[in-house]
Amino acid sequence: MTLLEISGLEVRYGRNVAVKSVDLTVADRQIVTVLGANGAGKSSLLRAIQGVVPARAGTIRFDGRDITTSDVPSRVRSGLVLVPEGRQIFVSLTVQDNLLMGAYTRHDADVTRDVEAIYTRFPNLAMRRDKLAGVLSGGEQQMLAIGRALLAKPRLMMLDEPSLGLSPLFVQRMFDLIGDLNRDGLAILLVEQNTSMALQIAERATLLELGSVLISGPSAEVGRSEMLTQAYLGAH
Amino acid sequence: MTGYLGGMLVILSLNIILAYAVFLPVATGQLNLGGAAFQAVGAYTAGILSAEYDAPVIVSLFAGAAVSGVISFVLALSILRTKGVYLVLATFAFAQFVSGVIINVDLLGGALGMNVPDHIDGPIIAVAAVVILLLVMLLMQARFGLAMRAIHDDDVVAGLMGIEVRITRVAAFTIGGVLAGIAGGLYAFYFNFIEVQSFDSLSSVYLLLFVLLGGTQTVWGPLVGAAFFTVVPELFRYVVAHLPVGHAASTGQLDTSWRFIILGAITVLMMVWRPEGVVTRTGLGRLLHRRVEKQA
Repeated sequence: MTLLEISGLEVRYGRNVAVKSVDLTVADRQIVTVLGANGAGKSSLLRAIQGVVPARAGTIRFDGRDITTSDVPSRVRSGLVLVPEGRQIFVSLTVQDNLLMGAYTRHDADVTRDVEAIYTRFPNLAMRRDKLAGVLSGGEQQMLAIGRALLAKPRLMMLDEPSLGLSPLFVQRMFDLIGDLNRDGLAILLVEQNTSMALQIAERATLLELGSVLISGPSAEVGRSEMLTQAYLGAH
Repeated sequence: MTGYLGGMLVILSLNIILAYAVFLPVATGQLNLGGAAFQAVGAYTAGILSAEYDAPVIVSLFAGAAVSGVISFVLALSILRTKGVYLVLATFAFAQFVSGVIINVDLLGGALGMNVPDHIDGPIIAVAAVVILLLVMLLMQARFGLAMRAIHDDDVVAGLMGIEVRITRVAAFTIGGVLAGIAGGLYAFYFNFIEVQSFDSLSSVYLLLFVLLGGTQTVWGPLVGAAFFTVVPELFRYVVAHLPVGHAASTGQLDTSWRFIILGAITVLMMVWRPEGVVTRTGLGRLLHRRVEKQA
């Protein structure tokens, strides 16, 4: 079943076109990766899907509903979350309060139980629950950002460069975590600089160059394509 | 209680209420350099209702708070689109606008000021300050307060979490306006006379200083800032007068106006040493932690 369906999406910043006529689908419980060099429009694509920047053209459908013009809170409520690039946690809030912010759109009584479940998944966070999030290590901050996003009870999690700046050990752990989350039923749209690991974990891949889709298909196919090196090295 | 101490307590109480009025927008990352103007709106609304229309004091007070709140809300809707220094300038411009209106409208007494015959006593104002302090503390503990702190940290990510960033900011600004309006009404009924100079831009600057130097990270900052800037200049009256370094020509004492120079120097030093304000979250945590250890 298709969970996210984007067609003809366009994002502009003033006169600059960041994303142009992009088509992309993510099925339920699927991992899809979006690859491309810096400035290819990957982050803009995710931000438009979440509703932080407006779509100038095209449609975004999530879970069968057209959400092209919905605001961010309603997209979060419908099960769509974005873990932004660069471990953007609230540094002056405690670990616990950071997690609670993730559940901000929820009003059910299960939040406390779900927060405990996050602590079970990330014991390092449990030990520091009353500490300010700013004192966590880089890897722990990334875990916190993901834990926070999980508390919105998402069906699709978008991750923007989750391995950025992490030690090799933590990069491996990050990809293990993505795999675990996916096995638990979460669909994932992954933007990554670590191309080989992203292609390994993802079922499908889309390659962007200067805002447009260069190639899209099963990961193995995209991985073999000459266009992959082309997109990164700019050889034409 | 002597007249002097009683008067000091009233000014301290009013400054605490005003500090929280400015703190709420600042806690969502919005500097407000028009605090005194909202106080003026509250003072003049309450004053007119009481003096011209014989409205009961309590009705006039709440009306002043309501009018100030409504104006804050309308203003916030438009000016909270601006950020940083532009927002500061927009609130400053609003304060100038309010001063201009007061001076030019005869009903408001113009430059001559306005008499407000009804009176309320100092202790009531002190009680009001305590109640408002407790309410703001409750608010900052609640979901809304958490959202404000998250927005202060990073408004973009707060938006990603599904927080209604704009609504939260407008609400914080509006509640601040209501508090300033209450302080204005209390001011009018305590001093029984209001004039435009009592709510000038320097007052607004002081209100922002209370908050920024007290600390914006915790709910205790504005309290400490307001108390410091109200009490310390008064203490200096005595300290400066009794300093051994004499003013040779006259009485053998320093002129008491030196206290402002000392206060200015202290203000600068506070900015250098405590750029996040006197009360910070880590500082407070350390203090509380140490106490717990001592008890154990």
